[in-house]
Amino acid sequence: MAIDSSASLPLSWPRRHPGKLVLLAALALLLIFGAPKSPVFAALYEWSPALAVGFGQNILISLLAIAIGSLLGLLIGALAVSPLWITRLPARIWVQVFRNAPWLVLIYFTTYVFPFELHIGKSWIAFPDWVKVTIGLALPASANVAEIFRGAIGSIPSTQWEASRSLAFTRGQIFRSIILPQCFKRMLPPWMNLYAVITMGTALASLVGVHDLIDTAQIASNTVNLTGFTVLIYFSVLALFFAYCYPISRITQFLERRYAFS
Amino acid sequence: MPSPETRAEQPLISLRDIHLSFGSNRVLRGIDLDVQRGQAVSIIGPSGSGKSTILRCITGLLQPQRGNIRVGETEVHKLKSEAQRIELRKRVGFVFQQYNLFPHLSVLENLVIAPRKVLGRNSAQAEQEARALLAKVRMEHKADAYPGQLSGGQQQRVAIARALAMRPELILFDEVTSALDPETVGEVLTVIRELTEEGMTCVLVTHEMRFAEDISDVVYFTENGLIVEHGSAEQIFQRPVSERTQAFLRHALGDAGRRPAAAGDPYLLSNISRYGLSV
Ligand SMILES: Nc1ncnc2c1ncn2[C@@H]1O[C@H](COP(=O)(O)OP(=O)(O)OP(=O)(O)O)[C@@H](O)[C@H]1O
Ligand SMILES: [Mg+2]
Repeated sequence: MAIDSSASLPLSWPRRHPGKLVLLAALALLLIFGAPKSPVFAALYEWSPALAVGFGQNILISLLAIAIGSLLGLLIGALAVSPLWITRLPARIWVQVFRNAPWLVLIYFTTYVFPFELHIGKSWIAFPDWVKVTIGLALPASANVAEIFRGAIGSIPSTQWEASRSLAFTRGQIFRSIILPQCFKRMLPPWMNLYAVITMGTALASLVGVHDLIDTAQIASNTVNLTGFTVLIYFSVLALFFAYCYPISRITQFLERRYAFS
Repeated sequence: MPSPETRAEQPLISLRDIHLSFGSNRVLRGIDLDVQRGQAVSIIGPSGSGKSTILRCITGLLQPQRGNIRVGETEVHKLKSEAQRIELRKRVGFVFQQYNLFPHLSVLENLVIAPRKVLGRNSAQAEQEARALLAKVRMEHKADAYPGQLSGGQQQRVAIARALAMRPELILFDEVTSALDPETVGEVLTVIRELTEEGMTCVLVTHEMRFAEDISDVVYFTENGLIVEHGSAEQIFQRPVSERTQAFLRHALGDAGRRPAAAGDPYLLSNISRYGLSV
């Protein structure tokens, strides 16, 4: 699993990075053909489905967190640029609080403050730990999205406002038809960057007992109890996160370069 | 309600004793200005003398602290709400030095968006009209291009067409050729000249003295927030009374060098890194 992902990673840039590609291919071959002979690699092979499931949990948390965080963040960002201080103030406070709080603290907070079940109507709905972690990550995500949004709005030249006003647009129309469409393009790179960081942040989930990749690696390491295996499995964990986040960051860089010229 | 006859005599735009300051900076210090319907009026004067500010006051983008502004039947200084100013702006076109086209919209979309969203015209009609206007400014072949793909002169002609798409009663031009390469200035001036010949009421702030002299019915010379002198183009350019006007014209006409184009693309996304992230 780990081997496959890391080997397929540079395929998008095969021409630009032939050296790295050859190196990774060699590493992959070594692992694939060396694996069956060594107990350490055999154990890794055995544990790889569990690791995959664990990483799936991380990805699920990251996707949900960025989705909730984005929706919430756009709403808060819109409030933060409102001309009314009564809506602006709470939005600014939200942003400052959740942007500056350590993520682990927020995760502990949501995990231990929220109940483990929710009473809705007559039924009890389970509120599992991974959902709480998702919310714990969605909070700083929303604050960062709000700030990215506010920054994007501020980065639109004021002449665009003036030109729109001179064409008799209302403030709302200017926002919807002129400013927002230009914002989303500008927000994409920092937003993807945020997503990559959130994904890395999901590693914190294991600290509150969510069965994610790190947690699985820990269990595997304790069960197999070989030093070589422990090193290898955390190396695989690293490779998995890297394989997932690196392409995102490369695409982000690509978009940044492209928008810088257009 | 004045009858049509009295309306014809009364200027379309009239400014009386306009005072405006930004903080302690007194930018306009008593401006009087009249524009008859169908006239082309130029405002000339040194940089920072408040020419752009006058235009912004006319269309309600800025509100003077003192004085009366009337555009047609509208007492601009009495407008209380943004909604009322929006009604005024529907009738007044504005063309900017930096074109300020909407970069995310195609040329055609730049022209139809305001008529559709602001005036509620139907798409097909607005589009047909937009194409006719693009033909008028000789940009019909670029209807589907984006502003970033056009030269400055082309963008400025599109900006003029965009203002015309609102079917305004008058158009304000704020140094619309100052950011252009010398080769493309002519194509924009030609479009403006045609508009004035068709009887569109135009107020131009310009540094193109020859052009102003050529097309203007009336020329105003401003300095330090005051109208120093005004009169027919012939009078101002051939027989200026004020020494200040004479000095300015000597400088402006004698000095063939054009002002440098404003540098930099305002849409440059140079500062992505400002979106810092803390974990
Ligand atoms: N929004 C603003 N806030 C503060 N000061 C302003 C603002 N707009 C203009 N000013 C000031 O008002 C003065 C006149 O500006 P204005 O743009 O009307 O001059 P101008 O005659 O159009 O000059 P130019 O030929 O350089 O365009 C300048 O000193 C300028 O700094
Ligand atoms: Mg100006």
